Order: sequence, then C-alpha cells, then structure tokens
Amino acid sequence: MIRIEHLNKSFGDKQVLFDINTEFQKGKVNLIIGASGQGKSVLTKCIVGLLEPDSGAIYYGGQDFLNFNRQEKKEIRKQIGMLFQASALFDSMTVEENVMFPLTMFTNWTKKEKLDRVNFCLDRVNLSGINHLYPSECSGGMQKRIAIARAISMQPKYLFCDEPNSGLDPKTSIVIDNLIKELTYEFDITTVVITHDMNSVIEIGDTILFIHQGKNWWQGDKHGIITTDNKEVSDFVYASEFMKEIRASIMKNHNT
Amino acid sequence: MKIIKNIGRFIQMLFVVYSKPEKWSVFRESLFTEIYHIGVNSIPIVALMSTFMGGVIALQTASNMSNPLLPSYTIGYITCSSTILEFSPTIISLILAGKVGSNIASEIGTMRTTEQIDALEIMGVNSLTYLVLPKIIASILFFPILVIISMGLSLLGGWLSLVLTGLSDTETYIYGIRYDFRVFFVVYALVKTVVFGFLIVSIASFYGFYTKGGSLDVGRSATKAVVSSSVAILIANFILTQLFLL
Repeated sequence: MIRIEHLNKSFGDKQVLFDINTEFQKGKVNLIIGASGQGKSVLTKCIVGLLEPDSGAIYYGGQDFLNFNRQEKKEIRKQIGMLFQASALFDSMTVEENVMFPLTMFTNWTKKEKLDRVNFCLDRVNLSGINHLYPSECSGGMQKRIAIARAISMQPKYLFCDEPNSGLDPKTSIVIDNLIKELTYEFDITTVVITHDMNSVIEIGDTILFIHQGKNWWQGDKHGIITTDNKEVSDFVYASEFMKEIRASIMKNHNT
Repeated sequence: MKIIKNIGRFIQMLFVVYSKPEKWSVFRESLFTEIYHIGVNSIPIVALMSTFMGGVIALQTASNMSNPLLPSYTIGYITCSSTILEFSPTIISLILAGKVGSNIASEIGTMRTTEQIDALEIMGVNSLTYLVLPKIIASILFFPILVIISMGLSLLGGWLSLVLTGLSDTETYIYGIRYDFRVFFVVYALVKTVVFGFLIVSIASFYGFYTKGGSLDVGRSATKAVVSSSVAILIANFILTQLFLL
C-alpha cells in the first residue's frame, strides 16, 4: 500500500500540487485521472522519487520514503516497476536484454535463470519468441507489453503506469488494460495508473483519484464516477455530447 | 551567471559519476563497449586526418625553407616537433570533440528525452555512473593510443609527401625527426590528451544528461557540447603548456 499525506509541489512561483492526501491499495488498480496539465504526472514523479516534493509524506508499506537515505530509496525503487508513456525501452538493447536488464543489475542469477525469467515474463505478456528483436522493430502495442515484461521481471510490489494506452488503437488499449489488471490481481501488486482513457476508467479502475488544478478533487470507484454530481468530474468523464446523452440516460435509469 | 551555474552543476555531476558502479561485471562490459565505440571507431578518421596533416606540415615547412643556411633536416625536425607537441594532441582532440562529443551528447540526450534515464533511475540504477563513467574511463585509456597512432601517421604522411614531391630524401627526413628528440615531449602530449579526453566526454555527457525537451533540444545539446568542449580544450591547452613547458 502507498499512502500520500499533505503533498505539495511547486516549480518556482507556480504551485502544481496542493495538499494531496490519498491511499493506493494493495492488489488493486488505482487510477489517477484528470485533464492535461493538472498535476497527475508531477504527482506520480513525486511518488516514485523522480521529483522532490516541497512538503508532505509518502509511505510505502508504512515506511516514509522521503526520509530515506539514498541507499534506502534505492532498495524501495528495486520494488517498483514502471511503464512509461513512450515505453522507455533501451533502444540499443534487444527485447531480451531489455527485460533482462534489471536482473543483470540486481541479481546474481545464472544466465539460464535470468533467461528463464525473461521467457516467463515475455510469455506472460504474450510475446514469446521475440527475444532477439530490437524495440524499433516492434509495434507500439508490443513495445508497451515489452515494457510491462521489464517492469514485472523483478517481481515488483508496486507498478506505476503512465498513460499506458497513449498512442494505441482501442483494441490494443483493451489488451494492455486487461494485462495490467490481470498482473495486479495475479501478483498482488499495488498498481497506480495515470490515464485519460475513459475505457480504462470503467474497465480496470478499482479506485479512482481525480486531480483538478493540482488538488485531490474527487475520490471513489468506477461506479461512483458514473453517477457523481461533481461538476468537474462529470465534465471530464462526459466530455462529448454523445457521452452526455449516455449520462442523461444513466441518470434517468438511476433515478427510477 | 549561467556559466557559473553550469560549472557548479558540472562539478556536482562529476561527484555523482565517480560513485561505485552497481556491478563490476556490467561496468567492465560497458567499458569495453565504449572503448570500441569511442576509441576503435575513431581510428579511421584519426588516421586519415593525421596522414594528411603530417603531409601538409612537411610541405609547408619545405616551401618556407628558402634560406640556404638552414640545414635540410630542419623539415623533419619541425614536422616532428609540431606534430608531437601540438598537432596530434590538440587538433586530433578537437576533431574527436566533434565526432565523439556530439555522439555522446545526442545519445545521452535522446535517452533523457525518451525517459530511458528516468527508467534507469526508477529501477534504482545510478544513471550517471552507469552511462558516463565507462565513457570517461574509455576515453582516458584510449585517446592516448589514438594520439600515438596520429603521431606515427603524421610523420609517415610527412615522409610520403616529401619523398613523392622530391623535396627531401628519407635519410635526411629521419635524421630531422631524430634530431633533438625528447621523450618528455611525447609524455607531455599524452598528458594533454588524457585531460582533453576527460573534458570532451564529461562536457558532452553533461549537456546530454541535462537535455530538456525534444529532438530539437537534443541537437542543441550536441552543438553546445562540441563548442564548449572545444573551448575547454583550447583553454586547457594554454594552461598545460604554461605548466609543462615554461
């Protein structure tokens, strides 16, 4: 479980995050949603330690991450897997080397043990047999799955996914969403997903945090977000006329 | 003000770079890869430049030797001295600043803009030590070898140009090369090369690592890396010459 308390972050004079308090639960897919430029990525970067918050606390399983020294932070980071928006695969390495990289850096496993683990992870994301391809030879959807395979290779306790569906077609997006959901339940991971994709919200969101103007604006689950009266959340979820019609229909059924 | 800020960040970066590598076996593998990329791959350009550079130095020296009182071996002597003292270490380093420096800045810059460096950091890898330290050590180890190759080929180029044009003969040229030859000059040239190698790679890595933005900014970082490392080489050359020779 990850707990955030009174988190604030500014860049110069501009405050981006205001007193964020939330909890990301173990074994669940926790979503952070919100319009562009509202602070979702900054919040995630603060949580994983890529940015230093101005104040507040971040607890990983009860331990205050911000008070850790460099070595302690490193140990926590070894328990984190992250899927980046652009996959962030090492383009000079093959698929196999990419997935094997954390194992090579942090374990003393034999070559065979590492290869077995790589094959297991690639198999788990339905990409067996592409070990010797380079990331540039793979499609966007494949790259996301390779990045997921790399993220789970060290059996992480925490999985962060930054807009895992960006740039993917709806069908591939559903494949990625389902994969994230399955892995979260299968390995009992605390998963945090930043997304704009309403399909993802409805499909995989066990808990949802809506960030607006850098504030923790709304929190709930996928059922709550459909029927909420909160104007900003509704405007975000039902942005198009078509979605507004759907909402009207849902609310009509809800009231009768 | 910005220069002072950058120098401060550069020094801070160096402190982080010189941390213990995550795993020595990975470091050793990276080191050999970098020696190949930075060093071995630079041999063709160094060989080409050095041979022609030596040829031109010898021809220009010969064409300016109109005074009959000057002995003919002076051509070999001047070619040798100028090559060892200045042309091989400094000019080759400036060329390497262009070739190796831009390559390193754009490689690391692209890794930064495509979040590959963030991926390393999140895994718990010290990205500066992992990416930059093998490059610095490779350049310190291999640049002197490149300069020794350059010295040899420059002298060969000088000999070829003189013999082919008939401006001197082999015996006189070799006598000129050996005349008043001091090993100290070679040592001085190699020390300069080590310093230049360090400056090229660390400055290029600095600009690459702190790239912000997209592909245009990667290009800008590569340009800044080449310009800054060239200026640093010229300044360091002046300081080292003062220290060693005066």
